[in-house]
Amino acid sequence: MVSQIQYTKPQVLRMLVDVRDPEIPVLSIEEIGMLRDVVIDENGCEVIITPTYTACPAMAMIEKDIKQTLADQGIDVVKVTTVFAPAWSTDWMSEDTKEKLRAYGIAAPLHSTCDAAKDKSSIVECPQCFSTKTTLISQFGSTACKALYRCEKCLEPFDYFKCH
Amino acid sequence: MGSKEQLFKYLLRLGDNALIQGHRLSEWCSRGPILEEDIALSNLALDNIGRAQAFLQYASEVEGNGHTADDLAYRRSERQYLNFLITELPTGNFAYTITKQLFIAQYDVILFEALCKSTDTTIAGIAAKAIKEARYHASHASDWCLRLGMGTALSHDLLQNEINDIWMFTGEMFEMTELDKDLVQFGISPDLTILQNIWLDKVGSVLIKSGIQLPGQGYQQTGSQQGIHTEHLGHILSEMQYLQRAYPDATW
Ligand SMILES: [Zn+2]
Repeated sequence: MVSQIQYTKPQVLRMLVDVRDPEIPVLSIEEIGMLRDVVIDENGCEVIITPTYTACPAMAMIEKDIKQTLADQGIDVVKVTTVFAPAWSTDWMSEDTKEKLRAYGIAAPLHSTCDAAKDKSSIVECPQCFSTKTTLISQFGSTACKALYRCEKCLEPFDYFKCH
Repeated sequence: MGSKEQLFKYLLRLGDNALIQGHRLSEWCSRGPILEEDIALSNLALDNIGRAQAFLQYASEVEGNGHTADDLAYRRSERQYLNFLITELPTGNFAYTITKQLFIAQYDVILFEALCKSTDTTIAGIAAKAIKEARYHASHASDWCLRLGMGTALSHDLLQNEINDIWMFTGEMFEMTELDKDLVQFGISPDLTILQNIWLDKVGSVLIKSGIQLPGQGYQQTGSQQGIHTEHLGHILSEMQYLQRAYPDATW
């Protein structure tokens, strides 16, 4: 059945602001860079997303949330497509987005392209007290996209969103 | 373009390597030497399983007979797996796991760098994604080699032992099979003899820094690309496939 299209791409994008990354609920999937495109044609509405990490366990939940959010607004014919190329990068995060991460207690990714796996010379600032005296505890933290740091000033451990 | 069968076979190799390596790493979950390392090894496992999913998903599309990525992962028999023997070797002690990780992760970095330029755009896309993760894996393994190699006499000797033991499983990763020779011509996959030299340089420099002797050229075990595996693969499959075999089509 061909549905009557009564919505535009900007409208759909606005609706999708409500879809959050379940691990970082202060960010929408657009802010984090997972939402790649919305295609509206005679078959309905297709939402194209990309995973932050190949094994991002939140993908199934995000797909469900996208469908539910749009269904609540009366858009039923939704296909959610996952693409790998171009590969997701922390470069896609805006300064506003990074500020939201910091306010949430996660140190934001420092660099643009991080070809070298480690930026040993780089200084990660504590999101709690802004001290630059911090130590890497582990490159692999609570989720695939984060590393674990400790602040030497306030002694709090914190997550660092790794460059990708 | 290579034939559909050739591409399918190559994707099984890429997918199976990640799947079996991921499964082995997942065996460390809740058994890591320290909490941070437990989390790290579980993260490495997860990355591999995600990579397996991507390659096997594409393999199932290329095969085109209705199989899903899960069918490929959970419903083939031992002889149909094309993962390198090194990935199926038992978890062993921590130094053994780190040695396997060093050899495999360095290989992955070099391989995915080359595959980013594959004429197959889907493979290139997955490689561009996977390489970012593989670089973290390689630096994790290199760091631990340094710590074990330059640590105590015991940790040094353990690492040297495991390097010597596993070395005979590294040559297979660079074997140019008929499939490789064909796919190289189409620009789908890289020339592995070139990759081998880069790999030897990278692994060699990590080992030298860690005070570990590079083993000489010795006997190299092969067989996986003909489906001939060590006795360890059957044991992994019996555990990994149990649920799908006992309760076909089970979902949650
Ligand atoms: Zn602090």
